[in-house]
Amino acid sequence: MTHEQKNILSVRDMEREEIDRLLCSAAAFDRGNFTGHELDGKILAVLFFEPSTRTRMSFSSAMMRLGGKILNLGSVEATSITKGETLSDTIRVISGYVDAIVLRHPKEGAARLASEVASVPVINGGDGAGQHPSQTLLDLFTIRESMPIENIDVGMQGDLRYGRTVHSLAFALSKYNNVRLHAIAPDGLDFPSHIKEDLRDAGVELIIHDSIEDALPELDVLYVTRLQRERFPDPVAFANYASTYRITPALLECAKPSMIVLHPLPRVDEIDPAVDALPCAKYFEQAHNGVPVRMAMLNEVMN
Amino acid sequence: MVRTISDGIVISPIKNGTVIDHITPGEGLTVIRILGIEDGTNVTFTVASNVVSSRGGRKDMVKIENRELLKDEVDKIALVAPYASISIIRDFKVSVKKPVGVPKEIVGVIKCPNPNCITNTKEPVKSKFVAHPRGFRCQYCDSIISREMDIGDYI
Repeated sequence: MTHEQKNILSVRDMEREEIDRLLCSAAAFDRGNFTGHELDGKILAVLFFEPSTRTRMSFSSAMMRLGGKILNLGSVEATSITKGETLSDTIRVISGYVDAIVLRHPKEGAARLASEVASVPVINGGDGAGQHPSQTLLDLFTIRESMPIENIDVGMQGDLRYGRTVHSLAFALSKYNNVRLHAIAPDGLDFPSHIKEDLRDAGVELIIHDSIEDALPELDVLYVTRLQRERFPDPVAFANYASTYRITPALLECAKPSMIVLHPLPRVDEIDPAVDALPCAKYFEQAHNGVPVRMAMLNEVMN
Repeated sequence: MVRTISDGIVISPIKNGTVIDHITPGEGLTVIRILGIEDGTNVTFTVASNVVSSRGGRKDMVKIENRELLKDEVDKIALVAPYASISIIRDFKVSVKKPVGVPKEIVGVIKCPNPNCITNTKEPVKSKFVAHPRGFRCQYCDSIISREMDIGDYI
């Protein structure tokens, strides 16, 4: 790793000022305030060891909009990884081909390891149940488009135990003033105790709710996450929870008119498609915001 | 004067080396493991386990011959024996005596409890933990080994 190398691995590593700078930069890109030549001649390696649609494609789109080119790993089956090559060796080799690397990997801490052996900047595109900083930044960006991130109540619903997006977002929100978090999760899928303790250490007020109806009237932001059937002890338990916590237009009648609904997508049954037409539905806009936010990240690490 | 077993001591004095005293009972062998001087090395060591402590209660004690522990080795011992004391012995006399201190960073000693951590794979990487208010945090996956957990199980 060179002395000047700039990586984006985790929101835990980032100061509030750095986050705000990236969000301001993303806003400028979103307004079309760029030449399209910022990353001329640069190549980005897109190394995804897990399936992805939004993250992979929006990083690619962001790179191309700034004039850069993409080098895709392609399917893992067609690479030397199937011959037993370590991630460390793969990263060392690919470092010599490109100007930056975006990595998604099933093991937690993979991006940090990659940054230690890479000779070019590394951006974490999600590692296991760990960090996913670009998703967190675009979540913050989407909230900031609707309201200042200050004195707000943010509800997090769904799989709070294994969902990396909610952990990252909760940490990022802890860096802002007077943000209260409301946890709405089925038994066994609440925030892990170490995350709760970390949030308390950071001075975050964390309120646990038994039902979505209890929480909704207080919220400025409702962040819904996908439930995975395999996390439930049996199909009946999953069906019960899914029907109880499904976001519908009728349920949202008790919410503040200004409340926004976010979801990192893909959704399955958590949000009724009828909600899509409501002004509070910001999840597709949120997905689109992935491009300017990732433009800001790529510009940050390569310029 | 060199004391003998009849004088009430359970392991014989050493001429040169290190004595680690007041180890938490049952952790003597873990200390040996931390120091990497298990069977197969040519280091002579003695472990006394669950002996009566002059401070009251029980303790383990380790003597290592002809080896003076380095600062980072001493710090690692604090993980499992925070109240231990280290004496460097030269010509049968205590030359230096010091308590252990909890290290700020532990590299390659603790196995991360998270089975999905990158350090628990075939990658050529050593585990790295940093001190945290509640214990130690993995620098790779952020998992915490709290003080309530038995850290010896992860060494």
